[in-house]
Amino acid sequence: MEDVHGGYGEADVLHGVSMRVEAHEVVAIVGSNGAGKSTAMKAVFGLARVSRGRILLDGADIANRQPDRIVREGVCFVPQTENVFPTLSVDENLDIGGFTLKEGVRERKDGVYALFPDLVAKRRQAAGQLSGGQRQMVAMGRALMLRPRLLLLDEPTAGLSPLYMDQIFKIVRDVNATGVAVLMVEQNARQALAIADRGYVLATGRNRHEGTGAELIADPAVAESFLGG
Amino acid sequence: MDILQLLLYGVVLGSIVALGAVGVTLTFGILGFANFAHGDLMAFGAYVALVAYTWLALPLWLALPAAVAATVALALLVDALVFRRFRTRRPIVLLISSFGVALILRSLIQIGFGPGTVLYSTRIQIAERFWGLRVKPDQIVIVALTLVLVVLLHLFLSRTRTGKAMRAMADNPTLARLSGIDTENVIRWTWAIGGALAAVAGVCLGLNSRLSPEMGWFLLLAVFAAAILGGIGRPYGAILGGYVVGICVEMSNLVLPAEYSPVVPFALLVVMLIVRPTGLFAGRSG
Repeated sequence: MEDVHGGYGEADVLHGVSMRVEAHEVVAIVGSNGAGKSTAMKAVFGLARVSRGRILLDGADIANRQPDRIVREGVCFVPQTENVFPTLSVDENLDIGGFTLKEGVRERKDGVYALFPDLVAKRRQAAGQLSGGQRQMVAMGRALMLRPRLLLLDEPTAGLSPLYMDQIFKIVRDVNATGVAVLMVEQNARQALAIADRGYVLATGRNRHEGTGAELIADPAVAESFLGG
Repeated sequence: MDILQLLLYGVVLGSIVALGAVGVTLTFGILGFANFAHGDLMAFGAYVALVAYTWLALPLWLALPAAVAATVALALLVDALVFRRFRTRRPIVLLISSFGVALILRSLIQIGFGPGTVLYSTRIQIAERFWGLRVKPDQIVIVALTLVLVVLLHLFLSRTRTGKAMRAMADNPTLARLSGIDTENVIRWTWAIGGALAAVAGVCLGLNSRLSPEMGWFLLLAVFAAAILGGIGRPYGAILGGYVVGICVEMSNLVLPAEYSPVVPFALLVVMLIVRPTGLFAGRSG
């Protein structure tokens, strides 16, 4: 992502954001409300307009492409809210995740259940009836059905209890261990940076700080303004 | 005994309302608007069967598939000519245009068949007696046919790829598109299924009473009430809603003069919207 400007409608939210995710990396975007964190991620997925700058996926510019085409390039997005099909069972949610697959749906579902063993007992239950944490697992599982190269997570722990938060962060690492690069936006900045390989701190639509997760946590400037001291 | 007899009539009427309500609720779930032309699709199916039965002298069991085929074709045609053009507009635009479609269909039927009522057959049906209840053979056919169609619909929605895609799209259209579902294809299936069930409902309605150009329009309120009762966008809810409405309408004869029975679905609808606006089983926001 190189010097990206953009937003929704007429107004720009991003005023020059640059970031980079290497294969097999977990990268966290943190920052205060309205800093453009989610917008930056949505720009990658074609859900926010890019008016200037480039978004390169293995060298090809994917800025302003339609989301369904970006999915086919191996990038999957898990929205912050409404990220499951509530009246469909867990199993059916995964079926829809693998909708474009010709074959191998069953094997991939087994793979997702291996990653989220909590869901096995719930596979026939409607996703809307699950707890927030389990729903987040279904949402990630749905996205993982296509075995993306890059997984985009928009605030995966928003509204979850601390117990689930730890679990989700652990799962992010597990998913990453299967060879998927992860870019996530997080409010729970300290925990997110703790598990991230690298992080970016955004403010008012621009890059403010960047570094490895540990560097950012240790940086007093970051800690004071973005990690709550 | 009277109560059981009315209950039976209620189940027959409920079957017809249920078939209509599934179509309305699917259209709403997938396309996001209340289709006021649905009742007239039912009437169209009923009149196609009339043509096949009386003019072409086909037996009724062949006239029914002909009506289904013609109504499915009509629904797809109307979508291609009218609704498709307004897909990206606000739902109110689609709703108003469905009013237009309804008027056109009803007027076409009137031009072709006159404003009066018609019967499929003037042959008098002898009601059979079961445990003291009067049942006409047509009524058994209506209920049995509905049950078969409900089972088929269930298998379609729960087992097939397209059926799951349809439910997914009703649940969360954005996420469905992001998952690579071909939304136009799902929309075509929605019209096909809605149209087919409307045709069967129309023929059953004609069998149960008589045909008139307004037959579908008059039933539309009951159909909408059933769909809302069941939680709009939920096919299984719509089926149950259909039976609730049908049974309430017939049962109202115990306490109300028969002329007032058309008010019953409206009353149900009003009470429902006040007490539980999301439907008996919590609506689509779920």
